[in-house]
Amino acid sequence: MNATWSRFNIASIVLGFAFLYLPIVLLIIFSFNESKLVTVWAGFSTKWYGELFRNQSLMDAAWVTARVGVLSATFATILGTMAALALTRYTRFRGRVLFSGMVFAPLVMPEVITGLSLLLLFVAIGLDRGFLTVTLAHITFSMCFVAVVVQSRLMTFDRSLEEAAMDLGATPVKTFFQITLPVILPAVISGWMLAFTLSLDDLVIASFTSGPGATTLPMKIYSQVRLGVTPEINAACTILIAIVATGVIIASLVNKRREVQRLRDEQAANRG
Amino acid sequence: MKSLGSIRRSFSPWTDPAAKPYIVFENVTKKFGDFTAVNNLSLTIYEREFFALLGASGCGKSTLLRMLAGFDEPTSGRILLDGQDMRGIPPYRRPVNMMFQSYALFPHMSVEQNIAFGLKQEGMPKADIDKRVADMLKLVKLEQFAKRKPHQLSGGQRQRVALARSVAKRPKVLLLDEPLGALDKKLREETQFELMDLQQNLGLTFVVVTHDQEEAMTMADRIAILDKGQVMQVATPAEVYEAPVSRFVAGFVGNVNMLEGTVAERSEKTATIKGASGAEIRVENAGDATAGSTVAFAIRPEKIKVSSKKPDGAANVMEGEIYDLAYLGDMTVYHVRLADGQVVKASALNSSRITEDPLSWNDKAWISFAPDAGVVLTR
Repeated sequence: MNATWSRFNIASIVLGFAFLYLPIVLLIIFSFNESKLVTVWAGFSTKWYGELFRNQSLMDAAWVTARVGVLSATFATILGTMAALALTRYTRFRGRVLFSGMVFAPLVMPEVITGLSLLLLFVAIGLDRGFLTVTLAHITFSMCFVAVVVQSRLMTFDRSLEEAAMDLGATPVKTFFQITLPVILPAVISGWMLAFTLSLDDLVIASFTSGPGATTLPMKIYSQVRLGVTPEINAACTILIAIVATGVIIASLVNKRREVQRLRDEQAANRG
Repeated sequence: MKSLGSIRRSFSPWTDPAAKPYIVFENVTKKFGDFTAVNNLSLTIYEREFFALLGASGCGKSTLLRMLAGFDEPTSGRILLDGQDMRGIPPYRRPVNMMFQSYALFPHMSVEQNIAFGLKQEGMPKADIDKRVADMLKLVKLEQFAKRKPHQLSGGQRQRVALARSVAKRPKVLLLDEPLGALDKKLREETQFELMDLQQNLGLTFVVVTHDQEEAMTMADRIAILDKGQVMQVATPAEVYEAPVSRFVAGFVGNVNMLEGTVAERSEKTATIKGASGAEIRVENAGDATAGSTVAFAIRPEKIKVSSKKPDGAANVMEGEIYDLAYLGDMTVYHVRLADGQVVKASALNSSRITEDPLSWNDKAWISFAPDAGVVLTR
């Protein structure tokens, strides 16, 4: 019985992972294809990576994406952290329920609606679509994700730490920067990374709010794919995957190491 | 010289009418929504006093401490510290420091950074900070742990860091919220005496909040017993134990037998209390009980003597039988059922190893006590 179950388990794991990762593996393999035809294998080559770096419009789009990502993630983190603080700290102000509902609405709002409404707003106030508008749009929708991450950390934050700091003579501002922020910093950083990733792979909202001269990488890739997939695009996607995977692996390794160190410290302390 | 309890105190500013109170709560009320945590409470605490706020959870003792620290403002009434009204003064400008129940150590800072935190806020020069931190580490015997983070310390060590951090600034008043609550029994007993020594050596005023009556009795010069946001009694540990003012205080601190009855006879000092079954108790210190009033005679178990033969010459003797017995090593506890069915607790110190005439379950026994062994309570 045990053996049959474990065979079943293995089969489901293999199938599940295949379903998730086979397309990505194929994409990576074909990025090293010699042939110009995407689906026909003609030997190993890295020439499309070279082509990619010589493709000025793709490189421009990558640069725009990086700048939009860093800027929007940074502002979204500041605003999202402030929103999370307000929502966890001032629990009795008027309209708190409404406000907290509104902060989290973009989480479930269809992107098309977010994009369209932002487009209407920018047209109405006469803001030319371009780098600024796409950055603002990304701040708006990624802010709520940061707020969720930081708020869940603040729920378990021991308020007596702040009281202790004030009791020892620190003003509220100093208390925030010397005690609160350092303690919740891991959550703030993961909020930033989440916002950056969201900005990096957003296509829908960027399509609505971007203008000429501010084409992001997903937009560029999508428009090129409509004319036919080239191995260049495969190469670009492989690089994106590598960047994201490296980030995730480093983050989890650092986390794990810290956890192990902490456990070891606590054991040492309990031994005396 | 006669006195209540077995300790003679040389420090007692509360008996000196000329002494200036250091901390004054003046008709302080604190409401949280509909809930009244502190109800029109007045209290005075003197300089260098070790003062304990004792009460069950929800009695308002922590709220008092938080108002003194500045985390909560009174809804009405005033709090004076060294003559200055504290209203509107934020926690970071008050000359008091607090040791938190959870210790509230900053997790991202080492032990020495934790201790130095308050001194840095003052803008003390670096060399002075280093010296003070070294002094504090020595005081709490944590020199070799200076570089450790809080999570690398045991519970007792964390407690010491919290203590060192809160006294590092040499505050005028140190507030301690259940300072020993998280320690195990043995460590708690050791630390109680260390805290008392520390308070003596630094000459600080300590206000400690606790629900543990033994802790309050051990450490404090005076104890305030709180219930439902009001002060029930403020007195030395000996007075609280030997001369409680109400049934609540007598029942809250230590073990007690309450014999209910009415005052049958009353002279200037003595009185006779008649129980429901007709048994009479002769007492000397009858307080303000008037003839005919309903009172309780409160007597501690160790003031009652149990014997197998009827004792001669005792003022109060009652007959009963041994209902239950417990041998605790240092003492033996007897539960004696009286003729009217009431069970009275008595305890005897086992000052010798061998007992001539041991008692057993269901033995006939007499209890006896002196006329001044208990107090008459009207409230």
